[in-house]
Amino acid sequence: MNRSELFNMAQVEQERQAKLRFRILSCASTPCLSAGSQDVFNALQTAVTEHGLNAEVDVVASGCNGLCSHGPVVRIQTGDAPDDIYEFVTPEIARQIVARYADENGADVSEHLIPADAPFFAKQQRIVLGNSGRIDQEDIEGYIARGGYTALAHVLREMAPEQVCDAINQSGLRGRGGAGYPTGLKWQLVRKAPSNKKYVVVNCDEGDPGAYMDRTILESDPHRLLEGMAIAGYAVGADQGYIFVRGGYPGAEKRLNQLERVIRMAEKHGLLGGRVMDSNFSFRIDIRLGAGAFVCGEETALMLSIMGKRAQPVPRPPYPAQRGLWGAPTLLNNVETFANIVPIILNGADWYANIGTEKSKGTKVFALAGKVVNGGLIEVPMGMTLREIIYDIGGGIRDGHEFKAAQTGGPSGGCIPAQHLDSPVDYESMKALGSIMGSGGLIVLDDTSCMVDVARFFMEFCVDESCGKCVPCRVGTMQMLRQLEKICNGSATMQDLEILEELCEMVRETSLCGLGQSAPNPVLSTLRHFRDEYEAHILERRCPAGVCKMDQVPVMELAEELPRRMRSASGQKEVA
Amino acid sequence: MLVTKQQSDYAPPATEDPRMDEVARAVKRFGYQQDALIEVLHIAQRAFGYLDETLLTYIARQMKLPLGWVYGVASFYHFFSFEPPAEHNCVVCTGTACYVEGAQKILDLLEKEFGVKPGQVSADGRLSVTDFRCPGSCGQAPILVIDGELLGRETPESTIARIKQLLANDKQAKEVAP
Repeated sequence: MNRSELFNMAQVEQERQAKLRFRILSCASTPCLSAGSQDVFNALQTAVTEHGLNAEVDVVASGCNGLCSHGPVVRIQTGDAPDDIYEFVTPEIARQIVARYADENGADVSEHLIPADAPFFAKQQRIVLGNSGRIDQEDIEGYIARGGYTALAHVLREMAPEQVCDAINQSGLRGRGGAGYPTGLKWQLVRKAPSNKKYVVVNCDEGDPGAYMDRTILESDPHRLLEGMAIAGYAVGADQGYIFVRGGYPGAEKRLNQLERVIRMAEKHGLLGGRVMDSNFSFRIDIRLGAGAFVCGEETALMLSIMGKRAQPVPRPPYPAQRGLWGAPTLLNNVETFANIVPIILNGADWYANIGTEKSKGTKVFALAGKVVNGGLIEVPMGMTLREIIYDIGGGIRDGHEFKAAQTGGPSGGCIPAQHLDSPVDYESMKALGSIMGSGGLIVLDDTSCMVDVARFFMEFCVDESCGKCVPCRVGTMQMLRQLEKICNGSATMQDLEILEELCEMVRETSLCGLGQSAPNPVLSTLRHFRDEYEAHILERRCPAGVCKMDQVPVMELAEELPRRMRSASGQKEVA
Repeated sequence: MLVTKQQSDYAPPATEDPRMDEVARAVKRFGYQQDALIEVLHIAQRAFGYLDETLLTYIARQMKLPLGWVYGVASFYHFFSFEPPAEHNCVVCTGTACYVEGAQKILDLLEKEFGVKPGQVSADGRLSVTDFRCPGSCGQAPILVIDGELLGRETPESTIARIKQLLANDKQAKEVAP
């Protein structure tokens, strides 16, 4: 397919859609599926057939609309009017919705309609998620009709590789995987690396428990990722790309098959593969499966996993940009980073650089979950305050509880307490508060959560996920977990807290890779902001939130404690 | 002295299992490339449900890798399992969002009712409980996956009810069948 055929295809699809009476987009992403959206989709299809509207109405399975906690979500597109979005749709309500749009006098479904000015949507700026929920998950025509692949066409025809790198550099885009390394700089490094074989790798392993942005982007708007990767391939001089996806979790199979079909579809249209869009540029994309290892978020471990080995990180340098997959220079970015490329090319680097704060440009996608009213996938400009995210977009805390902390960055991040709610969300401020931006998990905790137990939860995760290569991480995390368990069961003394702090320092300073270096973060940040809770556990032997069982006593005190317990067990009264 | 490997070293095991062919085809499809080990293990686990010694030995021979290497890779990743799956499997997500929403209570009640801890199979081999992070539907936490079906917003009680129902259905089916 060349440029003019692309525009032609877009026009044909736009005209086809314009002729329809309305389009029904039923969310088929994982959260909505778990709420039963498959039945809703079937009901919508049956209802449309019953009304005899098959020729005039589209019913398609779309990607994520964002409001995952209110699923299943159904979106109705009617001509030029703003889309109507319905929440909590059941098969019965789905039938009523179709009846309503087929005939003005149909059933009243306004109860499930989300108001157009609802802050959940109004406060967001959806760039990466711009197509998400608005197009068929797989359908390439729908993506092209919304301007898809024009950025690639533009790049191939009008821009030299170094110009593309410069544009990305100017935009100020930083890696969205968590560390925030400037993307343009990384691209330039790979471009300048001398080699006739280079690779582009996208990390979609997403091991952070409680985050699902990357998977959702991959599922909702896969072509945008492919297009971003192809542009990257052109910019750095690579002809092979790998999408590293986690396999094996429930629902992964369906997602992988879909991705496979999407890649084949793009190849069939000449948008990937040999001689992309009739140019001299060739770019193939293959899928590589991960098998569930959090450490694969570390770039050297990820590359070893792609090469079929145990994912144990190796020291850097050499960086992947110098020696990566099979020794060739490799560009490794996160899904969200690649999804940002197309808008930057289409709208210009300056447009992008105007969004966000001085050092953190653009938007960030968060998986907002936990004790908020509106949980889901949100995209906000960098620099928005946590308060706006949690109270305006998230709708505040559920069931009348009090906000306690926001956990960002998953097991490598930390907790941000209420007094810092007004600090802006960007790479630097999060770091200053002892947390990290991370890949975008944002879990809201209320007063029913015990912060020591939260730290213990993350440490348990790190123990489980430590690859075992270096001693500080393998043994250190285990020892930290023991100390935390002692605090949680009431058998800790203040000395244990000291040991815990020492261990944190040691593991952070001496671990080989990011997993170990950041493993103490949840402990350090909770110690920093919620030290009183730790002390209440140790000195007062009580859990302020009532989560920890506290059923043991410190060994030193056991000597005094035992006779008392025996007396009370035998029914004797305690002698004062 | 030149040691020639016997033909039988590379021949598939004697079983006439068609699933073994599937694994052999996968190895062939990847051009016997040793880099494709994880892909092949994925396909093998999908076909058999778990990886046993015969299967791992077979893969090792086919891909010309030491068995220790294959076992090393398979045991590194969480997804690969070396135990045959139980009749029914209940996966409880223990990701952060589900943890906050009380996944531990579900696990505790499962242990109390059926005596199965995460990673264990019940004594009669009919139910296994696994913890997993995370299927990525945090908006609907806590998440359960029972026999491949994704379920959101579960309570400890509804989980128990679902599993009891599932086990009872089997019993009925068995009584009717013979």
